Amino acid sequence: MSFFEAFLNWNVFVQTLPLLISGLTITISLGLCAIVLGLAGGMLLALLRLYGPTPLRQIATAYIDIFRAVPLLVLLVVVYYALPFVGLRFTPFTSATLALSIVSAAYSAEIFRAGIEGVPKGQFEAARALGLNAFRRMSDVILPQAIKLVIPPITSNSINVFKDTALASVVAMPDLLKQATQAQALAANPTPLISAALIYIALLLPLVRLVGIFERRLAAKGR
Amino acid sequence: MAAIIDMKAVTKNFGGFRALDGIDLQVAEGEIVVIVGPSGSGKSTLIRCINQLEEHDSGTIKVDGHVLQKGADLNAIRTELGMVFQSFNLFPHLSVLRNVALAPVRVRGLSWPEAEARARKLLERVGLKDQIEKYPAKLSGGQQQRVGIARALAMEPKVLLFDEPTSSLDPEMVGEVLDVMQQLAKTGVTMIVVTHEMGFARKVADRVIFMDAGRVVEQGLPETLFDAPCDERLKSFLNAVLSH
Repeated sequence: MSFFEAFLNWNVFVQTLPLLISGLTITISLGLCAIVLGLAGGMLLALLRLYGPTPLRQIATAYIDIFRAVPLLVLLVVVYYALPFVGLRFTPFTSATLALSIVSAAYSAEIFRAGIEGVPKGQFEAARALGLNAFRRMSDVILPQAIKLVIPPITSNSINVFKDTALASVVAMPDLLKQATQAQALAANPTPLISAALIYIALLLPLVRLVGIFERRLAAKGR
Repeated sequence: MAAIIDMKAVTKNFGGFRALDGIDLQVAEGEIVVIVGPSGSGKSTLIRCINQLEEHDSGTIKVDGHVLQKGADLNAIRTELGMVFQSFNLFPHLSVLRNVALAPVRVRGLSWPEAEARARKLLERVGLKDQIEKYPAKLSGGQQQRVGIARALAMEPKVLLFDEPTSSLDPEMVGEVLDVMQQLAKTGVTMIVVTHEMGFARKVADRVIFMDAGRVVEQGLPETLFDAPCDERLKSFLNAVLSH
Protein backbone atom coordinates (compact mmCIF):
# COMPACT_ATOMS: atom_id res chain seq x y z
CA MET A 1 0.00 0.00 0.00
CA SER A 2 1.37 3.40 -0.94
CA PHE A 3 1.52 6.27 1.51
CA PHE A 4 -1.50 7.95 -0.08
CA GLU A 5 -3.58 4.79 -0.22
CA ALA A 6 -2.83 4.11 3.46
CA PHE A 7 -3.10 7.50 5.12
CA LEU A 8 -4.94 9.81 2.76
CA ASN A 9 -7.28 7.45 0.98
CA TRP A 10 -10.03 9.59 -0.59
CA ASN A 11 -12.59 6.78 -0.97
CA VAL A 12 -12.17 5.67 2.62
CA PHE A 13 -12.38 9.29 3.74
CA VAL A 14 -15.66 9.88 1.95
CA GLN A 15 -17.12 6.59 3.19
CA THR A 16 -16.27 7.19 6.81
CA LEU A 17 -16.94 10.93 6.90
CA PRO A 18 -20.52 10.63 8.25
CA LEU A 19 -19.22 8.53 11.13
CA LEU A 20 -16.52 11.10 11.88
CA ILE A 21 -19.01 13.95 11.78
CA SER A 22 -21.31 12.22 14.22
CA GLY A 23 -18.29 11.74 16.50
CA LEU A 24 -17.31 15.36 16.05
CA THR A 25 -20.71 16.64 17.20
CA ILE A 26 -20.40 14.59 20.36
CA THR A 27 -16.83 15.79 20.96
CA ILE A 28 -17.90 19.40 20.56
CA SER A 29 -20.93 19.12 22.85
CA LEU A 30 -18.88 17.26 25.46
CA GLY A 31 -16.11 19.85 25.23
CA LEU A 32 -18.49 22.79 25.55
CA CYS A 33 -20.41 21.28 28.48
CA ALA A 34 -17.21 20.43 30.35
CA ILE A 35 -15.66 23.85 29.70
CA VAL A 36 -18.74 25.80 30.82
CA LEU A 37 -19.31 23.66 33.94
CA GLY A 38 -15.59 23.71 34.73
CA LEU A 39 -15.42 27.51 34.52
CA ALA A 40 -18.54 27.99 36.65
CA GLY A 41 -17.31 25.48 39.23
CA GLY A 42 -13.84 27.00 39.17
CA MET A 43 -15.16 30.50 39.85
CA LEU A 44 -17.26 29.23 42.75
CA LEU A 45 -14.29 27.32 44.22
CA ALA A 46 -11.97 30.31 43.84
CA LEU A 47 -14.41 32.59 45.67
CA LEU A 48 -14.98 30.00 48.42
CA ARG A 49 -11.25 29.50 48.81
CA LEU A 50 -10.61 33.23 49.10
CA TYR A 51 -13.65 34.48 50.99
CA GLY A 52 -15.64 31.49 52.26
CA PRO A 53 -16.19 30.75 55.94
CA THR A 54 -13.44 28.53 57.35
CA PRO A 55 -14.93 25.05 56.85
CA LEU A 56 -15.98 25.82 53.26
CA ARG A 57 -12.62 27.40 52.56
CA GLN A 58 -10.86 24.25 53.73
CA ILE A 59 -13.15 22.05 51.67
CA ALA A 60 -12.49 24.17 48.58
CA THR A 61 -8.72 24.03 49.15
CA ALA A 62 -8.83 20.24 49.59
CA TYR A 63 -10.96 19.83 46.47
CA ILE A 64 -8.61 21.97 44.40
CA ASP A 65 -5.53 20.06 45.55
CA ILE A 66 -7.03 16.58 45.24
CA PHE A 67 -8.46 17.01 41.76
CA ARG A 68 -5.27 18.51 40.44
CA ALA A 69 -3.46 15.41 41.71
CA VAL A 70 -5.84 12.79 40.24
CA PRO A 71 -5.08 11.68 36.67
CA LEU A 72 -8.11 12.49 34.55
CA LEU A 73 -8.19 9.03 33.00
CA VAL A 74 -8.27 7.43 36.44
CA LEU A 75 -11.14 9.67 37.53
CA LEU A 76 -13.05 8.89 34.36
CA VAL A 77 -12.67 5.15 34.85
CA VAL A 78 -13.70 5.46 38.50
CA VAL A 79 -16.82 7.46 37.61
CA TYR A 80 -17.88 5.12 34.83
CA TYR A 81 -16.78 1.69 36.06
CA ALA A 82 -16.59 1.97 39.87
CA LEU A 83 -19.52 4.18 40.88
CA PRO A 84 -22.16 1.77 39.46
CA PHE A 85 -21.16 -0.59 42.29
CA VAL A 86 -22.65 1.89 44.75
CA GLY A 87 -25.69 2.46 42.60
CA LEU A 88 -24.48 5.56 40.74
CA ARG A 89 -24.85 4.73 37.08
CA PHE A 90 -24.11 7.42 34.52
CA THR A 91 -24.21 7.39 30.74
CA PRO A 92 -20.82 7.67 29.02
CA PHE A 93 -21.62 11.30 28.15
CA THR A 94 -22.52 12.22 31.73
CA SER A 95 -19.51 10.35 33.12
CA ALA A 96 -17.15 12.13 30.75
CA THR A 97 -18.72 15.55 31.38
CA LEU A 98 -18.48 14.98 35.13
CA ALA A 99 -14.88 13.82 35.14
CA LEU A 100 -13.72 16.58 32.78
CA SER A 101 -15.51 19.41 34.55
CA ILE A 102 -14.54 18.21 38.05
CA VAL A 103 -10.86 18.38 37.12
CA SER A 104 -11.19 21.52 35.01
CA ALA A 105 -12.93 23.29 37.90
CA ALA A 106 -9.91 22.61 40.13
CA TYR A 107 -7.49 24.11 37.61
CA SER A 108 -9.77 27.05 36.74
CA ALA A 109 -10.16 27.82 40.44
CA GLU A 110 -6.42 28.36 40.80
CA ILE A 111 -6.34 30.52 37.67
CA PHE A 112 -9.27 32.68 38.86
CA ARG A 113 -7.69 32.98 42.29
CA ALA A 114 -4.48 34.26 40.75
CA GLY A 115 -6.53 36.73 38.72
CA ILE A 116 -8.44 38.04 41.73
CA GLU A 117 -5.19 38.37 43.68
CA GLY A 118 -3.69 40.22 40.73
CA VAL A 119 -6.21 43.06 41.02
CA PRO A 120 -4.55 45.93 42.90
CA LYS A 121 -5.47 46.35 46.57
CA GLY A 122 -6.64 49.91 45.91
CA GLN A 123 -9.50 48.57 43.78
CA PHE A 124 -10.86 46.55 46.69
CA GLU A 125 -10.50 49.56 48.96
CA ALA A 126 -12.22 51.97 46.57
CA ALA A 127 -15.10 49.52 46.17
CA ARG A 128 -15.44 49.11 49.93
CA ALA A 129 -15.13 52.83 50.60
CA LEU A 130 -18.09 53.47 48.28
CA GLY A 131 -20.26 51.19 50.39
CA LEU A 132 -20.72 48.50 47.71
CA ASN A 133 -21.72 45.18 49.26
CA ALA A 134 -19.54 42.07 48.88
CA PHE A 135 -21.46 40.78 45.86
CA ARG A 136 -21.30 44.09 44.02
CA ARG A 137 -17.64 44.58 44.84
CA MET A 138 -16.96 41.29 43.10
CA SER A 139 -19.39 41.51 40.21
CA ASP A 140 -18.86 45.16 39.28
CA VAL A 141 -15.29 45.93 40.25
CA ILE A 142 -13.01 42.97 40.94
CA LEU A 143 -14.11 40.14 38.65
CA PRO A 144 -14.24 42.13 35.39
CA GLN A 145 -10.61 43.08 35.99
CA ALA A 146 -9.57 39.65 37.27
CA ILE A 147 -11.12 37.79 34.34
CA LYS A 148 -9.41 40.10 31.87
CA LEU A 149 -6.08 39.27 33.49
CA VAL A 150 -6.59 35.52 33.17
CA ILE A 151 -8.06 35.23 29.69
CA PRO A 152 -4.86 33.65 28.30
CA PRO A 153 -4.47 30.88 30.94
CA ILE A 154 -8.23 30.25 30.97
CA THR A 155 -8.24 29.82 27.19
CA SER A 156 -5.24 27.50 27.49
CA ASN A 157 -7.04 25.46 30.11
CA SER A 158 -10.15 25.26 27.93
CA ILE A 159 -8.03 23.95 25.05
CA ASN A 160 -6.70 21.23 27.36
CA VAL A 161 -10.23 20.28 28.43
CA PHE A 162 -11.26 20.04 24.81
CA LYS A 163 -8.29 17.81 23.95
CA ASP A 164 -8.98 15.61 26.96
CA THR A 165 -12.46 14.83 25.63
CA ALA A 166 -10.65 12.18 23.55
CA LEU A 167 -10.12 10.21 26.76
CA ALA A 168 -13.88 9.63 26.82
CA SER A 169 -13.45 7.01 24.12
CA VAL A 170 -12.30 4.60 26.85
CA VAL A 171 -15.78 4.68 28.42
CA ALA A 172 -17.36 3.77 25.10
CA MET A 173 -18.31 7.32 24.23
CA PRO A 174 -18.85 7.56 20.48
CA ASP A 175 -16.75 10.75 20.24
CA LEU A 176 -14.49 11.75 17.36
CA LEU A 177 -11.60 9.49 18.36
CA LYS A 178 -13.84 6.49 19.09
CA GLN A 179 -15.63 6.84 15.77
CA ALA A 180 -12.33 7.20 13.98
CA THR A 181 -10.93 3.98 15.46
CA GLN A 182 -14.22 2.29 14.65
CA ALA A 183 -14.06 3.53 11.07
CA GLN A 184 -10.46 2.41 10.79
CA ALA A 185 -11.46 -1.10 11.79
CA LEU A 186 -14.36 -1.17 9.34
CA ALA A 187 -12.34 0.16 6.42
CA ALA A 188 -9.17 -1.64 7.39
CA ASN A 189 -7.40 1.61 6.62
CA PRO A 190 -5.91 4.30 8.93
CA THR A 191 -7.21 7.28 6.91
CA PRO A 192 -10.07 8.01 9.43
CA LEU A 193 -7.51 8.32 12.23
CA ILE A 194 -5.46 10.80 10.23
CA SER A 195 -8.64 12.69 9.40
CA ALA A 196 -9.60 12.81 13.07
CA ALA A 197 -6.18 14.15 13.99
CA LEU A 198 -6.48 16.84 11.33
CA ILE A 199 -9.96 17.81 12.57
CA TYR A 200 -8.66 18.24 16.14
CA ILE A 201 -5.83 20.42 14.84
CA ALA A 202 -8.14 22.48 12.63
CA LEU A 203 -10.41 23.16 15.62
CA LEU A 204 -7.76 23.97 18.20
CA LEU A 205 -4.92 25.59 16.27
CA PRO A 206 -6.77 28.92 15.92
CA LEU A 207 -7.44 28.90 19.67
CA VAL A 208 -3.79 28.20 20.43
CA ARG A 209 -2.85 31.15 18.23
CA LEU A 210 -5.45 33.28 19.99
CA VAL A 211 -3.81 32.62 23.38
CA GLY A 212 -0.56 33.99 22.00
CA ILE A 213 -2.31 37.11 20.73
CA PHE A 214 -4.06 37.66 24.09
CA GLU A 215 -0.78 37.25 25.94
CA ARG A 216 1.02 39.76 23.77
CA ARG A 217 -1.83 42.25 24.09
CA LEU A 218 -1.80 41.95 27.87
CA ALA A 219 2.01 42.28 28.00
CA ALA A 220 1.80 45.42 25.83
CA LYS A 221 -0.48 46.97 28.42
CA GLY A 222 2.23 46.36 30.96
CA ARG A 223 0.23 44.56 33.60
CA MET B 1 -21.96 71.22 68.61
CA ALA B 2 -22.86 67.81 67.20
CA ALA B 3 -19.75 65.79 66.40
CA ILE B 4 -20.23 63.85 63.19
CA ILE B 5 -16.98 61.99 63.80
CA ASP B 6 -16.20 61.07 67.39
CA MET B 7 -13.06 59.09 68.22
CA LYS B 8 -12.15 58.16 71.78
CA ALA B 9 -8.87 56.50 72.86
CA VAL B 10 -8.48 54.80 69.47
CA THR B 11 -5.46 52.57 69.00
CA LYS B 12 -4.22 50.58 66.06
CA ASN B 13 -1.18 48.31 65.84
CA PHE B 14 0.48 46.84 62.77
CA GLY B 15 2.39 43.89 64.17
CA GLY B 16 4.63 45.48 66.78
CA PHE B 17 4.23 48.98 65.38
CA ARG B 18 1.81 51.29 67.16
CA ALA B 19 0.26 53.36 64.37
CA LEU B 20 -2.41 55.05 66.49
CA ASP B 21 -1.72 55.55 70.17
CA GLY B 22 -4.86 56.78 71.88
CA ILE B 23 -6.53 59.18 69.47
CA ASP B 24 -9.26 61.49 70.76
CA LEU B 25 -10.81 63.52 68.00
CA GLN B 26 -14.18 65.14 67.46
CA VAL B 27 -15.09 66.68 64.14
CA ALA B 28 -18.16 68.90 63.94
CA GLU B 29 -20.58 68.89 61.05
CA GLY B 30 -19.34 71.23 58.34
CA GLU B 31 -15.86 71.48 59.81
CA ILE B 32 -12.74 71.36 57.61
CA VAL B 33 -9.98 69.54 59.44
CA VAL B 34 -6.51 69.20 57.95
CA ILE B 35 -4.15 66.63 59.43
CA VAL B 36 -0.42 67.10 58.96
CA GLY B 37 2.61 65.30 60.29
CA PRO B 38 5.71 63.39 59.27
CA SER B 39 5.30 60.15 57.33
CA GLY B 40 4.56 57.21 59.58
CA SER B 41 2.86 59.45 62.12
CA GLY B 42 -0.49 57.69 61.67
CA LYS B 43 -2.38 60.33 59.65
CA SER B 44 -3.52 57.95 56.92
CA THR B 45 -4.26 55.18 59.40
CA LEU B 46 -6.47 57.59 61.30
CA ILE B 47 -8.73 58.42 58.38
CA ARG B 48 -8.68 54.82 57.16
CA CYS B 49 -10.03 53.79 60.56
CA ILE B 50 -12.92 56.22 60.17
CA ASN B 51 -14.31 54.24 57.22
CA GLN B 52 -12.85 50.98 58.55
CA LEU B 53 -10.52 50.23 55.68
CA GLU B 54 -8.40 49.52 58.76
CA GLU B 55 -10.06 48.01 61.80
CA HIS B 56 -9.00 49.76 65.01
CA ASP B 57 -7.83 47.60 67.91
CA SER B 58 -9.40 49.46 70.82
CA GLY B 59 -11.27 52.65 71.66
CA THR B 60 -14.52 53.77 70.07
CA ILE B 61 -15.28 55.47 66.79
CA LYS B 62 -18.70 56.95 66.12
CA VAL B 63 -19.78 58.17 62.70
CA ASP B 64 -22.94 60.26 62.79
CA GLY B 65 -23.91 58.47 65.99
CA HIS B 66 -23.25 54.95 64.70
CA VAL B 67 -20.61 53.02 66.64
CA LEU B 68 -18.12 51.18 64.40
CA GLN B 69 -18.05 47.70 65.87
CA LYS B 70 -18.50 44.09 64.90
CA GLY B 71 -21.97 43.60 63.46
CA ALA B 72 -22.42 47.25 62.48
CA ASP B 73 -23.69 47.79 58.96
CA LEU B 74 -20.39 49.08 57.63
CA ASN B 75 -21.61 49.40 54.05
CA ALA B 76 -24.39 51.74 55.17
CA ILE B 77 -21.98 53.81 57.26
CA ARG B 78 -19.49 53.99 54.39
CA THR B 79 -22.11 55.53 52.13
CA GLU B 80 -21.93 58.60 54.38
CA LEU B 81 -18.13 58.74 54.09
CA GLY B 82 -16.71 59.64 50.69
CA MET B 83 -13.04 58.78 50.27
CA VAL B 84 -10.43 60.17 47.92
CA PHE B 85 -7.24 58.14 47.65
CA GLN B 86 -3.64 59.06 47.07
CA SER B 87 -3.44 56.70 44.10
CA PHE B 88 -6.93 57.62 42.78
CA ASN B 89 -8.06 53.96 42.58
CA LEU B 90 -10.45 54.66 39.72
CA PHE B 91 -11.99 51.57 38.15
CA PRO B 92 -9.95 51.07 34.95
CA HIS B 93 -12.58 48.94 33.19
CA LEU B 94 -15.30 51.60 33.45
CA SER B 95 -15.64 54.93 31.66
CA VAL B 96 -15.27 58.11 33.69
CA LEU B 97 -19.05 58.51 33.69
CA ARG B 98 -19.62 54.95 34.93
CA ASN B 99 -16.94 55.31 37.58
CA VAL B 100 -18.97 58.12 39.08
CA ALA B 101 -22.43 56.62 38.47
CA LEU B 102 -21.73 53.06 39.66
CA ALA B 103 -22.17 53.42 43.41
CA PRO B 104 -25.31 55.60 43.26
CA VAL B 105 -26.92 52.83 41.16
CA ARG B 106 -25.65 49.85 43.15
CA VAL B 107 -25.88 51.33 46.64
CA ARG B 108 -28.43 54.14 46.52
CA GLY B 109 -30.69 52.36 44.04
CA LEU B 110 -30.80 55.12 41.42
CA SER B 111 -31.53 54.17 37.83
CA TRP B 112 -28.63 54.45 35.38
CA PRO B 113 -30.06 57.54 33.65
CA GLU B 114 -30.58 59.27 37.02
CA ALA B 115 -27.11 58.37 38.23
CA GLU B 116 -25.49 59.40 34.95
CA ALA B 117 -27.26 62.75 35.05
CA ARG B 118 -25.91 63.27 38.55
CA ALA B 119 -22.45 62.13 37.43
CA ARG B 120 -22.50 64.56 34.48
CA LYS B 121 -23.25 67.46 36.80
CA LEU B 122 -20.48 66.53 39.18
CA LEU B 123 -17.96 65.98 36.41
CA GLU B 124 -18.86 69.35 35.00
CA ARG B 125 -18.34 70.85 38.43
CA VAL B 126 -14.79 69.42 38.62
CA GLY B 127 -14.09 70.64 35.09
CA LEU B 128 -14.21 67.34 33.23
CA LYS B 129 -17.29 67.76 31.09
CA ASP B 130 -15.44 66.72 27.94
CA GLN B 131 -13.83 63.59 29.36
CA ILE B 132 -16.87 61.62 30.49
CA GLU B 133 -16.72 58.89 27.85
CA LYS B 134 -12.98 58.30 28.28
CA TYR B 135 -11.37 55.57 30.34
CA PRO B 136 -9.27 56.55 33.37
CA ALA B 137 -6.00 55.46 31.74
CA LYS B 138 -6.48 58.17 29.10
CA LEU B 139 -6.55 60.96 31.70
CA SER B 140 -3.75 62.86 33.41
CA GLY B 141 -3.17 62.33 37.12
CA GLY B 142 -4.87 65.59 38.01
CA GLN B 143 -7.90 64.70 35.91
CA GLN B 144 -8.05 61.22 37.44
CA GLN B 145 -8.02 62.66 40.92
CA ARG B 146 -10.83 65.06 40.03
CA VAL B 147 -12.83 62.03 38.83
CA GLY B 148 -12.01 60.45 42.17
CA ILE B 149 -13.50 63.45 43.93
CA ALA B 150 -16.61 63.38 41.73
CA ARG B 151 -16.99 59.67 42.44
CA ALA B 152 -16.90 60.31 46.19
CA LEU B 153 -19.35 63.20 45.87
CA ALA B 154 -21.83 61.15 43.83
CA MET B 155 -22.88 59.32 46.99
CA GLU B 156 -23.74 62.67 48.59
CA PRO B 157 -21.76 61.75 51.69
CA LYS B 158 -21.86 63.73 54.91
CA VAL B 159 -18.10 63.55 55.33
CA LEU B 160 -15.30 63.56 52.76
CA LEU B 161 -12.03 61.86 53.65
CA PHE B 162 -8.95 62.84 51.63
CA ASP B 163 -5.89 60.60 52.00
CA GLU B 164 -2.97 62.62 50.60
CA PRO B 165 -4.95 63.49 47.47
CA THR B 166 -2.11 65.37 45.75
CA SER B 167 0.90 63.33 46.85
CA SER B 168 1.19 61.23 43.70
CA LEU B 169 0.57 64.10 41.30
CA ASP B 170 3.08 65.93 39.15
CA PRO B 171 3.61 69.41 40.62
CA GLU B 172 1.81 71.21 37.82
CA MET B 173 -1.37 69.23 38.53
CA VAL B 174 -1.55 69.80 42.25
CA GLY B 175 -3.22 73.18 41.84
CA GLU B 176 -6.20 71.95 39.81
CA VAL B 177 -7.04 69.36 42.48
CA LEU B 178 -6.60 71.79 45.38
CA ASP B 179 -8.84 74.28 43.56
CA VAL B 180 -11.62 71.73 43.41
CA MET B 181 -11.17 70.91 47.08
CA GLN B 182 -11.25 74.58 47.98
CA GLN B 183 -14.53 74.99 46.11
CA LEU B 184 -15.91 71.99 47.99
CA ALA B 185 -14.94 73.46 51.33
CA LYS B 186 -17.31 76.35 50.67
CA THR B 187 -20.30 74.03 50.23
CA GLY B 188 -20.51 73.16 53.92
CA VAL B 189 -19.57 69.50 53.61
CA THR B 190 -17.43 68.09 56.42
CA MET B 191 -13.88 67.42 55.22
CA ILE B 192 -10.97 65.62 56.82
CA VAL B 193 -7.85 66.06 54.74
CA VAL B 194 -4.47 64.42 55.20
CA THR B 195 -1.98 66.45 53.19
CA HIS B 196 1.46 67.98 52.97
CA GLU B 197 0.08 71.10 51.28
CA MET B 198 0.58 73.66 54.03
CA GLY B 199 -0.71 76.49 51.85
CA PHE B 200 -4.01 74.66 51.44
CA ALA B 201 -4.19 73.97 55.17
CA ARG B 202 -3.64 77.64 55.98
CA LYS B 203 -6.24 78.87 53.50
CA VAL B 204 -9.00 76.34 53.93
CA ALA B 205 -8.77 74.59 57.30
CA ASP B 206 -10.98 75.48 60.25
CA ARG B 207 -8.59 73.44 62.38
CA VAL B 208 -5.17 71.92 61.77
CA ILE B 209 -4.07 68.81 63.60
CA PHE B 210 -0.42 67.87 63.95
CA MET B 211 0.25 64.18 64.50
CA ASP B 212 3.43 62.40 65.47
CA ALA B 213 4.05 58.81 66.54
CA GLY B 214 0.36 57.94 66.48
CA ARG B 215 -0.77 60.81 68.69
CA VAL B 216 -2.38 64.19 68.22
CA VAL B 217 0.45 66.43 69.40
CA GLU B 218 -1.01 69.85 68.80
CA GLN B 219 -4.12 71.29 67.20
CA GLY B 220 -5.73 74.63 66.62
CA LEU B 221 -6.46 77.35 64.12
CA PRO B 222 -4.09 77.27 61.15
CA GLU B 223 -2.55 80.65 61.93
CA THR B 224 -1.89 79.64 65.56
CA LEU B 225 -0.39 76.33 64.61
CA PHE B 226 1.78 77.60 61.78
CA ASP B 227 2.82 80.96 63.20
CA ALA B 228 3.08 80.16 66.90
CA PRO B 229 3.75 76.45 67.30
CA CYS B 230 4.35 75.25 70.86
CA ASP B 231 5.56 71.69 70.50
CA GLU B 232 9.20 71.13 69.58
CA ARG B 233 8.36 68.35 67.14
CA LEU B 234 5.88 70.59 65.35
CA LYS B 235 8.47 73.36 65.15
CA SER B 236 11.07 71.09 63.54
CA PHE B 237 8.43 69.58 61.24
CA LEU B 238 7.36 73.03 60.05
CA ASN B 239 10.98 74.03 59.61
CA ALA B 240 11.60 70.99 57.44
CA VAL B 241 8.46 71.46 55.33
CA LEU B 242 8.47 75.22 54.94
CA SER B 243 12.18 75.94 54.71
CA HIS B 244 12.45 75.27 50.96
